[in-house]
Amino acid sequence: MTGAATLLAATGSLEPAARSFLSPTGQEIVFLLVGIAVLGSAVASVTTKQLVHAALWLVVALGGLAVEFLLLTAEFIAWVQVLIYLGSVIVLVLFGLMLTKAPIGRSPDADSKNRWVALVVALASAGTLVTLVVDAFRTSWIDLGAGGGSAAVTGASLFRNWVLPFEALSVLLLAALVGAIVLSRGAKRRVPAPRAGRLRAGRPVGSNGTVAATAPRTAPEAAAPSAPSTPSVTEES
Amino acid sequence: MNLALPALVPALPALGAAATLAAGKKAPGLARPLAIVPVAVSAVLALVVALQLGTGQTLDAATRLTPTGGPDISLAVHLDGFSSLISVLVGVVATCVQVYSTAYLKADPRYPSYAALVSLFTAAMFLVVFSGDLIVLLVGWEVMGVCSYFLIGHHWETADARSASLKAFLVTKLGDVPFLFGIFLLGADVHSFRIPDVLAAAGEGRLGHPTLIALLLLAGVAGKSAQFPLHTWLPDAMAGPTPVSALIHAATMVAAGIYLVARLMPVFLQSGAALVVLAVMAAVTMIGSALCALAQDDLKRVLAYSTVGQLGYMAGALASGDREASVFHLVSHGAFKALLFLAAGVVIHAAHTNSISAMSRIPGLRKRVPDAYWTTGIALVALAGLPPFSGFFSKEAVLTAAEHAANGEALTNGLGPASGVPQAAGWIVLISAGLTALLTGAYATRLFLVTFHSPAGAAAAAPEVLPAADRATVVADHEADAPYSPELDEADPATAEPPAMRWPLWVLAVPTMAFGVAGLRPDWLPALLDGGSLRPTGVTAVTGTGLAVVGVLAAYGAWRSATARLATGRPAPAAVGRVPEQAGAPAAEVIVADPGRTLLGPLFGPARHGFGVDRLYHALFVRPVAAAAQLVRFLDREVVEGYVQGSGIGANLLGRAVRLAQTGNAQTYLSALLAGVVLLAVLVAV
Amino acid sequence: MHLAYPVVLSALLFSVGVYGVLARRNAVLVLMSVELMLNAVNLNLVAFDAWLRDSLHAGQALTLFTITVAAAEIGLGLAIVLLLFRARGTADIDRATALGDPAEPYASVEEEPAAAEALKGRATA
Repeated sequence: MTGAATLLAATGSLEPAARSFLSPTGQEIVFLLVGIAVLGSAVASVTTKQLVHAALWLVVALGGLAVEFLLLTAEFIAWVQVLIYLGSVIVLVLFGLMLTKAPIGRSPDADSKNRWVALVVALASAGTLVTLVVDAFRTSWIDLGAGGGSAAVTGASLFRNWVLPFEALSVLLLAALVGAIVLSRGAKRRVPAPRAGRLRAGRPVGSNGTVAATAPRTAPEAAAPSAPSTPSVTEES
Repeated sequence: MNLALPALVPALPALGAAATLAAGKKAPGLARPLAIVPVAVSAVLALVVALQLGTGQTLDAATRLTPTGGPDISLAVHLDGFSSLISVLVGVVATCVQVYSTAYLKADPRYPSYAALVSLFTAAMFLVVFSGDLIVLLVGWEVMGVCSYFLIGHHWETADARSASLKAFLVTKLGDVPFLFGIFLLGADVHSFRIPDVLAAAGEGRLGHPTLIALLLLAGVAGKSAQFPLHTWLPDAMAGPTPVSALIHAATMVAAGIYLVARLMPVFLQSGAALVVLAVMAAVTMIGSALCALAQDDLKRVLAYSTVGQLGYMAGALASGDREASVFHLVSHGAFKALLFLAAGVVIHAAHTNSISAMSRIPGLRKRVPDAYWTTGIALVALAGLPPFSGFFSKEAVLTAAEHAANGEALTNGLGPASGVPQAAGWIVLISAGLTALLTGAYATRLFLVTFHSPAGAAAAAPEVLPAADRATVVADHEADAPYSPELDEADPATAEPPAMRWPLWVLAVPTMAFGVAGLRPDWLPALLDGGSLRPTGVTAVTGTGLAVVGVLAAYGAWRSATARLATGRPAPAAVGRVPEQAGAPAAEVIVADPGRTLLGPLFGPARHGFGVDRLYHALFVRPVAAAAQLVRFLDREVVEGYVQGSGIGANLLGRAVRLAQTGNAQTYLSALLAGVVLLAVLVAV
Repeated sequence: MHLAYPVVLSALLFSVGVYGVLARRNAVLVLMSVELMLNAVNLNLVAFDAWLRDSLHAGQALTLFTITVAAAEIGLGLAIVLLLFRARGTADIDRATALGDPAEPYASVEEEPAAAEALKGRATA
């Protein structure tokens, strides 16, 4: 706790009389209410049976978090949060859900069998973390000043002190972009050639699902109907 | 005297053995000369050494071989009349055997190794004879044991040979263990392993435990010389090639035990109890083996049992305190027994069977092998102990020694007090030797008559045992219930034996006939030995010869009556069923006139199987050992291996349990991971 | 403002994210739960930045980076999920057990027809 004490001393803004949990400031009340909303929507997001609703609950939670950022005077972060998370990430997630044919409406098997273990682990981690955090920061006080996280301040800090990581991050983003493209595009060519040992007699070589369907002239006889369903067995294993 | 000569005598055959083994595969032509020449040269050298040494002299030379904490082990030579005599015997017999083997094992693919082992065997016996140090003597003693194992198992394709060689090895080793401790005890008492020191200490009565030492040594002697409790290996050893039997029985292995006792006679004279034990051992051995010999069907087994019996004679002479008589009999027996075996080899080659009942049905066997016929006759007369051949004189010497011992005036020839030999030992030996003389005469006669003179062969079953008959029929011909040690041989019965198989017979026939005379004058043979008398005395001569003659006549009479019964068509009393299928007895039993059957009566069956000693040993020792081996096997397989297997199974089960966790479900893994992290965090925080 | 409020909120949010990651069956939902966890971290960063009055604004800068990394992560993650879905016909995490111990009944055997259907659908489309 000596480290925390020095940190507290460094902040130099201790006013013990004003810091009771029983007499919250207005900021604290708003933070608490929004926090409850965030937590509730997060819980709803991870427990709802409707997959699309989960994504929408996530919007609420992340939006609430943006409000919390604002309350903590980090304006720029809050807007970035709204832009990137609410604007792009959620959209991506919704696309993902749709591309994987997620069922619309209630799906009773949204949770795996691991649910109870997950619950125990989550509760344990929550208990541990909360206990630790409360024990450590019970008396800490944030002396919020205006403009601590404004775009000007953040930009100055970012381009004055954090240029190199920023540029590295842009390279990372580029790599992620290329990776995503490769992953999505390459999958089309991933259909493996049929194994020689698995070929059935009377079926032309190379007539896997894709080819057989698009080129029926190579197998006009009895092989054609069975071709689309059976060859994928060979691809699978 | 040049010490190189006595050193060369054992060295030459050993080197010859190595050379034969080395050259045998690459240059088969060299194998025969390499086998014969070193042994023959050794024989000549042994004779030269004997002549140089002369009579009444001893020579001792030693060089320290290795320092030990206790008594030193030295490479020592101890030459005296005994060693001279026996080394010459060994040389002559070994040379004859080697020459004979070149013809006998002509077609054998393993001849080189065989010849090398015979040479090594001879070398080991020379070492035993010449050694002046007990430990070095033990080396030769054990080398002989190993060689006998290999030679008896020469035809290792047959189960008989394998088990016989194992049996010979194990039984002799059983005796060798106490023997080794006897030597150690002797060395500890005397503080030296040198034989002269031992003899001097024994002469002065300085031995601490003479009876214990003598009894321990006797165990080894009984093993090597095939005395009663440990004699069972010798008849089975007939599974080896016949020349090997001649070598083992005549001059080398079995003689070693007798020679050792003769060498250490003063030690044995210190203990009357050991002499009585030796006398009892000898008596049981000679009577039992003579009875067995009378009932055997296998020619070589008859000879083997007769060897056991004659060794009993020698042991009896030793028990009577007279080592001169014992060695005298050893030498004459060596000559005529080697002759008997070599002649038997010729007969077996000609008849293609070991069974004398089968031989009796071969027409004209007598004319087919005239050399073997005559020399066998000579040797059998010597064996029976009839004058004037050597066996008579040596046997009389034994009887005389026993008579003197029984009278309390044992012929120790100054090696110890006459009172050192208990009278009981003398009486035991005397009575059993007389009885054995009778039986020996009987079985010698039976062997000769049944083998060569049976009229049945000319009459009844001739066609089926034509010389050209193949081996299978002949082998099936021997009497079914008789112990039988067949030998693989590929010789053609139709061709006559080569000279190499014939002239050794006559070489050995000379000492068989004439050697006995050497004991008549005190300045001939006795001068070479201890100087006592070897001349037969009147009473024993008449009694012994009379008993032998009675035995011969009884056997002849029984044979005549059996033959007559056969001629008139009446079955022998023992063979009730004439039809083989009904009686279970082969036809051979019916048509052969066997005097042994008549003479022995109800004893015939047990005697044929060695009085069940083998079966007794099987029940007493083999089965418990086999059961113990089973137990050990069980412990090893089930208990010890159980732990090993258990660890493997445990690891396997653990692996299977771990596999259950490997579901492939990432969420499960992650749950475990996070749970662990939380746990660690809690542990660290608290 | 008490530091305890944002910190406790972030701890709870993180735990909710943990639950989602461990309990959700659909891979896309798992990714969403990961976003929750990341946001909990972001909240922490911002709170401590404000508390410490860091002259470098390390907390806020790192939050920005985290948001960027999260965007990249969700892009790649969704690509992978799509690939999984194309290959196996499902985005259920607990059925993608091909790396499990094959002594168990082979988990993918029963879903092969479904994968075949998906492929067929793609091929014909």
